[in-house]
Amino acid sequence: MQISMTVNGEDITREIEPRVLLVHFIRDVLRLTGTHWGCDTSNCGTCVVLMDGLPVKSCTVLAAMADGHAITTVEGLATGAKLDPVQQGFMEEHGLQCGFCTPGMMLTARALLDRNPHPDDGEIREAISGQMCRCTGYATIVRSVKWAAEHPAAQETTGEEVTA
Amino acid sequence: MQIPAPFDYARATTVNDALALLERHPDSRVVAGGHSLLPMMKLRLARPEWLIDINDLYELDFILREGDYLRVGAMTRHTTLLESPEIARLFPIITDAERVIADPIVRNRGTIGGSLCQADPAEDLSTCCVVLRAEAVIRGPGGERTVSMSEFHRGPYETAVAQNEILVEVRFPILPRSGSAYEKVERRVGDWAVVAAGAAVSLAEDGTIDDVAIGLTAAGIDRTITEAEAVLHGKKPTEGLFIEAGRIAAAASDPIADQRGPVDYKRHLADELTRRVLRHACARALEVRHTTTQEG
Repeated sequence: MQISMTVNGEDITREIEPRVLLVHFIRDVLRLTGTHWGCDTSNCGTCVVLMDGLPVKSCTVLAAMADGHAITTVEGLATGAKLDPVQQGFMEEHGLQCGFCTPGMMLTARALLDRNPHPDDGEIREAISGQMCRCTGYATIVRSVKWAAEHPAAQETTGEEVTA
Repeated sequence: MQIPAPFDYARATTVNDALALLERHPDSRVVAGGHSLLPMMKLRLARPEWLIDINDLYELDFILREGDYLRVGAMTRHTTLLESPEIARLFPIITDAERVIADPIVRNRGTIGGSLCQADPAEDLSTCCVVLRAEAVIRGPGGERTVSMSEFHRGPYETAVAQNEILVEVRFPILPRSGSAYEKVERRVGDWAVVAAGAAVSLAEDGTIDDVAIGLTAAGIDRTITEAEAVLHGKKPTEGLFIEAGRIAAAASDPIADQRGPVDYKRHLADELTRRVLRHACARALEVRHTTTQEG
């Protein structure tokens, strides 16, 4: 079957088998390997991407179900060389260790800040509660998201590119 | 890598379109959020030839008050239920449950209709709907029919929804001076319940209990626990009655030992959680009663 969607602002159309999961479509067909693939059972959250601005676990969404929707992967966060504040925050506050959970964590953080620009620690922890950091570096992840909330400077440019 | 077996995919544009697709493809399953069905398909526990995607049925995504009923469309997502002020005010048991259903990301996809139709014995909204005495509206080729939740549930993973039908709506009766609550013990965030309890009460004008319903999740009992409700009927809510109802609910439960815990632990939870939700539901009903008095 043929599917069309917007991925990081770019319209794409591909021929796929209906059983292809969104995570594999993104990684294997589109070659956007920033989206990681972990538990396959919607538990670990490393495969999180944004679908129409909302975080979803792409191992449990069919690529066919994303037909007609807008997907944002970690590759869509930065604008050219300009990092999204969330990416900058993960750098400033050492929010990543092995980096496996990082793309999903950053997309969830972006979606959180889009809805709630000043989350408290509890709200950040709740937002990422469906994702696991196998290095157990949650405290620094929370600090990274807070850093991004406190430095929204780049948001005007990075917030737009999702739908542009 | 877990990939479902091959299937054909169709996306329904309206409820009637979905019904026509179900009629045309007898070996088909409806997919909404997909967070139960897709994992089952990956494990070959489900192997439909056709998957009918109803995510475009926005006509089933609504929360509407109509007279003494709150109508909730089957495609209403968990996140929408959790964030609805109307649900929180009228049926706080649903808000309680939604806070502990899966995780915020899964809740962006999962729907009330999907949860009820999956009919997992450890599923939280089924208990909420049973104690709220909700009705399920099912549409098929011959039109709509409405069934009570006890008729809706036919056993684990089985419901009254036939292959050529779709659950379109859940209707919750709005009762005066009512309160409800849900509490779940889980091993970790987002897990299925070890055991959970839900209760809904409505008070008479004199503050005695007019109607009460108690339900347990993952405790081997999918009906309301009438024998525990009987001790509360017509009486003013007291701690002593909650303790008695908890004891009876635990005795009526029939949990199985599994990796989530042994039978005696689950019975203990059934007892303790029943007390807590009754306490909470009654306190909420009294709050509503006071607010109503002040307003009126």
